Amino acid sequence: MENIGALSLFLALCLSVYAILGSLTGKWRGNNFLIVSAERAVLAVWGLLTFASGMLVYALLTDDFRYAYVASHSSKTMPSIYKFAAWWGGQEGSLLLWTWILSSYSAVVVWQNRRKYRAMMPYVTAIISVTQAFFLILITVPLTPFEVLAVGKEITTVPDGRGLNPLLQYWSMAIHPPTLYLGYVGFVVPFAFAMASLITRAPGDSWIHTTRRWTLVTWMFQSAGILLGAGWAYAVLGWGGYWGWDPVENASLLPWITATAFLHSVMMQEKKGMMKVWNMVLVAATYLLCIFGTFLTRSGVVSSVHAFAQSPIGAYFVTFIVIELAAVTYLILDRLEFLKSESQLESVVSRESSFLFNNLILLASCFSILWGTLFPVISEAVTGEKISVDAPFFNRVNVPIGLFLLFLTGVGPLIAWRRSSIESLKKAFLWPLAGMAVSMGILFALGIRHIFALMSFGLCVFVTWTILSEFYKGAAAISSKSGQNLVAAMVELTHRNTRRYGGYIVHVAIVIMFIGFTGAAFNKDATVEVKEGGKFHLGGYDMTLTKINSGQNDHYRYVSADIAVHVNGSQVATLRPEQRRYTTGDGSSEVAIRRRLNEDLYLNFAGMANEDKAVIQAYVFPLVSWIWIGFAALLGGTIICLIPSKIRYSFPKTQVLGQVVKEGQPVGPR
Amino acid sequence: MQPKAKFGILITVILATLGWLAFTGVSANASYYKTVCEVQKMSNVSSDKKLRLAGDVKPGSIQRDGRRVTFELKEQAETIRVIYDGIEPLPDTFRDNAQAVAEGKLGADGVFHATKIQAKCASKYEKKYGERVEANKAS
Repeated sequence: MENIGALSLFLALCLSVYAILGSLTGKWRGNNFLIVSAERAVLAVWGLLTFASGMLVYALLTDDFRYAYVASHSSKTMPSIYKFAAWWGGQEGSLLLWTWILSSYSAVVVWQNRRKYRAMMPYVTAIISVTQAFFLILITVPLTPFEVLAVGKEITTVPDGRGLNPLLQYWSMAIHPPTLYLGYVGFVVPFAFAMASLITRAPGDSWIHTTRRWTLVTWMFQSAGILLGAGWAYAVLGWGGYWGWDPVENASLLPWITATAFLHSVMMQEKKGMMKVWNMVLVAATYLLCIFGTFLTRSGVVSSVHAFAQSPIGAYFVTFIVIELAAVTYLILDRLEFLKSESQLESVVSRESSFLFNNLILLASCFSILWGTLFPVISEAVTGEKISVDAPFFNRVNVPIGLFLLFLTGVGPLIAWRRSSIESLKKAFLWPLAGMAVSMGILFALGIRHIFALMSFGLCVFVTWTILSEFYKGAAAISSKSGQNLVAAMVELTHRNTRRYGGYIVHVAIVIMFIGFTGAAFNKDATVEVKEGGKFHLGGYDMTLTKINSGQNDHYRYVSADIAVHVNGSQVATLRPEQRRYTTGDGSSEVAIRRRLNEDLYLNFAGMANEDKAVIQAYVFPLVSWIWIGFAALLGGTIICLIPSKIRYSFPKTQVLGQVVKEGQPVGPR
Repeated sequence: MQPKAKFGILITVILATLGWLAFTGVSANASYYKTVCEVQKMSNVSSDKKLRLAGDVKPGSIQRDGRRVTFELKEQAETIRVIYDGIEPLPDTFRDNAQAVAEGKLGADGVFHATKIQAKCASKYEKKYGERVEANKAS
């Protein structure tokens, strides 16, 4: 019985290999039955993996401690929801989740395209199945989630498991890994279509059209996963930060950056037939960075606070990444002729140019983060010394990049394709620039001297202004024709071209988040030792420690402090930061946060200094809430982008209709 | 001027600026990863070199005095005394026997002054019931 889970994983591996061989041979021999049977194998893999996942979840929910995985990641006292979340609480289980999500995606792809793209599909199936098979090898050979505990040859059990780390027992942490995986794994689909269209030399940009929604959805999940992680770090880890440039965080950011670049540069291909090679490179880079990120987080190559075990899977990943990288590079180089650009850059002041710089700068940021993250590995290989760089390095490079990107966000959408005249630039940007200058002047007069913060706020005004004026102009035109009021006209406008206006909403969301990030320039903190009745203050808050509580329950011992918070003499809140020590030996601090739009008051109970004095760390974090508001707006904007537009726009576009074959030159391979 | 040349110049300027930022950023922020034994073996550690000192927290050595925390990091038989005086609270995982990395500088007196502490509990993810031995061999 105990081996059924492992058996179904093994069968799934065999079927994935069959799907690769079947679809390739079928395509090669022109045997449609083989192709269809390979697609059915993909569906069967999904069935087997769903069964295996069900087995693991069932074992977790029923406290079946014969399984090593259950014994190390669950315990009897844990609430069922976290027993379920323990599915992805450890290395083996989270790899199983990853694999299961991948198989679900591939099942959807196979089903959706059962009558479409018949020329490309065998390759799509094969490419996805290669990734599937790789991950299945990982969870069948070195890291099976179904290992059972045994003494001698007897299967044995332990009385209770170790439980999930209490730090991970938090709602956003329970959904953070699956969300992130939905994002990362999903990128295999655009990648597979891109490569398949390269292999078959499919005419046109059909791979881009079919995968646009996939790309957007996975991008949305990546963003959501990253921000959920940030929100968790802020609310749980007790240091008040949401981003620490830790290798694991960086690993999640890298593919997001290239995916963002890709989302922008595809527009160049769709509308102008340019940057085709570049798009191939970006889609491949994003996919490989997703795999690379998984490798980085799990192999212990770089030391990180997010500890997964040092495990022997590093070599598997390196092999897989190197092979795929070589294959992709070969494919792109071999088919450069197919990826020829259909038009030329004409002017530095043009929409094309803003896309180009957007991509350049995003890639520069990606590269700097990759370099910084791998610096210990690189320096050890070169000099023999493990040298690492930390947050100040990443900020130093990425803060200017962020500001430049923010600037482009304002400029790009308003600037004309091909080239812009000075006159039109003046018309589009005079007022937003004036608004930027005035707001920066006001902030300077109010005493803000932080140069990057001033620039950031100024640019936020600039971008918001340009986007709002776009909405206003479009809506005014509609309302003058139809007589709708301005709000209804804006909804109508957005509905007519969801992709464009949804995109603007995402831009606004980014602006809102930048306001939140900029708040960090004005953080305040204080660490105090107070007795009961003691007072301290920070920023505009006067705080009194009214009582120190301590006690214990079944799960943990705790010490907490009741702190009355006063602003201008009147009490506004009572906060209770707490420190817990679990029976399993883990500790956790439960911070108390008073969240407001202008600033958060954040209290952490750091411990007892002596018998009756508590150590309290107090922080004021201005504008942090804007990040989470921006997050919501980002989700909203992306969802709007996914809604089909009411009107199908067609764009004037240059297209290569044929090639003139010069005498004496062979016709290019077809 | 040809648009291509303009693009070339702009791209060069942007990349050069970022490259310069990154290059100077590395030299200003580099910290050398050393374990306790390695530091003890080094003859003269310059006190302005930033180090990331790795070791296990010696059980019972953690002493709190307000925001200032002193403890000892050990590796095999060697120990180094660490004084932490940073802004960030210590991580919840920081406790006896945890694997910790202290960032800071080694004073002339042999005491390590840390400005940042990272810790992960040795037990949590690495050791399991029915432990496979190779998991720890690599470290």
